Amino acid sequence: MSEAMMAADGTPLKRSLARALRRQKLRALGLIAPLLVFVVITFIVPIGSMLFRSVENDIVSNTLPMTVQSLARWDASSGALPDEAVYEAMYFDMFLAAEAKRHTRLGTRLNYEQTGLSSLFRQSGRALDDIGKETQRPLEKLNKAWKDGETWHMLFNATSSADTNAALLSAQRARIARLTDTPANQEVNFAPSTAATALLPKTGRAYTAWAVYVATQDGRDPATRDPWEAVATALALDLKTVDVSGYSGPGAELLVEAQSADLPVPALSAAFADMDEDWATDVPWKTIQTHSGIYTSGYFLNAVDAQKTPDGVAWQPDDKQILQKLFGRTIWMSLMITFSCIALGYPIAWLLANLPMRKANLLLILVLLPFWTSLLVRTSAWKVMLQQQGVINDVLVWIGLVDDANRLIMINNQFGTIVAMTHILLPFMILPMYSVMQTIPPSYLRAAKSLGATNWTAFWRVYFPQSVPGIGAGSILVFILAIGYYITPEIVGGTKGVFISNRIAYHISSSLNWGLAAALGSILLAAVLVLYWAYDKIVGIDNVKLG
Amino acid sequence: MGLPPYATLGQRIWYYSFRIICGLIFFFLVAPIVVVMPLSFNAQDFFTFTPEMLRLDPAGYSLKHYEDFFTNPQWQLAMKNSLIIAPLATIISVSLGTLAAIGLSQSHVPFKGPIMAILISPMIVPLIISATGMFFFYAQLGNWMEGTLGLDKGFVGYVKVVLAHAVLGIPFVIITVTATLVGFDRSLTRAAANMGAGPVTTFFRVQMPLILPGVISGGLFAFITSFDEVVVVLFVGSASQKTLPWQMFIGLREQISPTILAVATILVVISIALLATVELLRRRSERLRGMSPG
Repeated sequence: MSEAMMAADGTPLKRSLARALRRQKLRALGLIAPLLVFVVITFIVPIGSMLFRSVENDIVSNTLPMTVQSLARWDASSGALPDEAVYEAMYFDMFLAAEAKRHTRLGTRLNYEQTGLSSLFRQSGRALDDIGKETQRPLEKLNKAWKDGETWHMLFNATSSADTNAALLSAQRARIARLTDTPANQEVNFAPSTAATALLPKTGRAYTAWAVYVATQDGRDPATRDPWEAVATALALDLKTVDVSGYSGPGAELLVEAQSADLPVPALSAAFADMDEDWATDVPWKTIQTHSGIYTSGYFLNAVDAQKTPDGVAWQPDDKQILQKLFGRTIWMSLMITFSCIALGYPIAWLLANLPMRKANLLLILVLLPFWTSLLVRTSAWKVMLQQQGVINDVLVWIGLVDDANRLIMINNQFGTIVAMTHILLPFMILPMYSVMQTIPPSYLRAAKSLGATNWTAFWRVYFPQSVPGIGAGSILVFILAIGYYITPEIVGGTKGVFISNRIAYHISSSLNWGLAAALGSILLAAVLVLYWAYDKIVGIDNVKLG
Repeated sequence: MGLPPYATLGQRIWYYSFRIICGLIFFFLVAPIVVVMPLSFNAQDFFTFTPEMLRLDPAGYSLKHYEDFFTNPQWQLAMKNSLIIAPLATIISVSLGTLAAIGLSQSHVPFKGPIMAILISPMIVPLIISATGMFFFYAQLGNWMEGTLGLDKGFVGYVKVVLAHAVLGIPFVIITVTATLVGFDRSLTRAAANMGAGPVTTFFRVQMPLILPGVISGGLFAFITSFDEVVVVLFVGSASQKTLPWQMFIGLREQISPTILAVATILVVISIALLATVELLRRRSERLRGMSPG
């Protein structure tokens, strides 16, 4: 019997079966693949992008690349202010950012960590031009040629391809692209000259950045346009430190003339302190240094009322601690809703399970009707019912239970949210309970009673333990749905009856603190996934039934 | 579970009070929906019953809120958008979902657990989180479609909302169709193949008619999901894609106009019709599979 069994076509049976199985698997995967790809692209990737955004923090290093670099060498704990080089880097970074109108975004970002930085950045962006003017004016007075864009272009444009400083050009392209979030690879009518940029490094960098910016963002020709004030400042700074007398490139005589004129150079640290005295403190510098990483835990810390400070993690000031309370309230209200649903759903499920089929099906329609009705219809109905001039108050006034002057306040508070959400989620409690209770044989209760148990003992010792799985399934389902609810609390919850989800929506659409919204969402998602995992263990993913 | 003739007084009291409690809970379930309907015929712009209405005076009733709904361009735009977005989203989720459900119900599916988890996830993840994620991602997708593909802005807006709604409806299609396929007799497809039918013919002539009730009720769920969805459309769409729920939500958050109640009544009537359809389909499907008519 050593001979292997053969299939009809002569291949060994084992291999033939394996091939058939493989084909079957591939066919199944082939049928699933289109949908899987669709769900991954339209759903999983967006969720992933949200998770990523909760730790993403490249805005600081994209907006202030040189500052971040030179600040890294500064010892924040020394008590001394950063040196002149940091102020210089900040000046050039800020100037470019202000031209691209990106400095306010960075200010808003840093303001989440340190109040006041938003206005500091906004004001400084406006005042920066004045610093440059102080050098630009004397330069232009010295020789009118400096007013002309072509002079600058002639000075820095490479005369031959061998002279081109390609590294500088591509570095500035990348910098502009990161700063503006738009590609910066269009044609620029300028190639920095290696000789000129080696002689005047700061001016070369500032001019190249300017040229790339106007060509790629404004679509203008740098050869004919006058550069920003910052380029004149850079030239003045360069002329203080280098000797141009030996230079023989284009425009050498202009440079020699400018150097001999001894142009005024602004002391940038003093100029910054002039703009706003906050720049003469270590507060903004510490904040920038602490939050200069490409990834941050800052949003997650903010989401639990803590913050990242230069001295490590610390709690937010008391008046800003609202999110922990909101998380607590979300959980507490969701529990209240779950318990209300158990209390109201259990009798109904019991009644449905013990009535004859025909009657039970009729009553089931009363449960399914709200389940099928539009969520907004039910929410608007509750708004109509609960308002001070609403139906419930009218009825209470009419039967004399409540005085017309003291109508009950039942909306825009926790009570309104709990009542409306209990109503909305009740079917999700009743249906799983009902399906569990249907499987409990009524003869058990009769047997218990015939053995001498009272009604209560029979129920509590025999029936109730068997119905617990239904309660568990319904409770987890209701709780999962409740903690992520947005619409109903938004409409009937006012300010006191809202959930963490309303805060997420607020940060998305009003405060525009998207990182914090993403961090709050990630925490909520983690909580829901843990609960869902528990649901899967208790009930099973395949037992999800609809209608 | 009638009351036995030998029941004591206490048992009688409990029996009737339990019925009353259940009646009150049913009242709680249905009252808000029932209250909305007569109020939508209010002749005044109030959200409560006027004395005329309580006297059943015909002067207290009018159709003016319905008239407003059918003539107001805002509501008409919202209705038109809902009727464009929901069917398109449903078509995508039903076609892809049915195909995948058939794949999932094969006997040997590798990685069935993780695949199922991914496909069901749009139903598990709270809407606000889906909406947040989609808000970030679909904005970039929209920019890419407008910028690189050069598509029209309005068109891109609809594409974004339809895609978002389609993915939200998919779990419902998967669940209902796989549930129908559980009872599907595999020997039928083999018999069809035996008689010379190709896989496509077998699918449309044998399998499809049998699982059709499940497909349709999954489609109805997907339709309702899209038709009733507001969070994602608020985050992903723009004002020109506003749907009926969007318009209702805005109306409720700001000053609520009684037209909302007229719309609500229309939607309740639609949901009753859908509920009846699903119930009939469920019974038909169980009959076809030889189970009890329920």
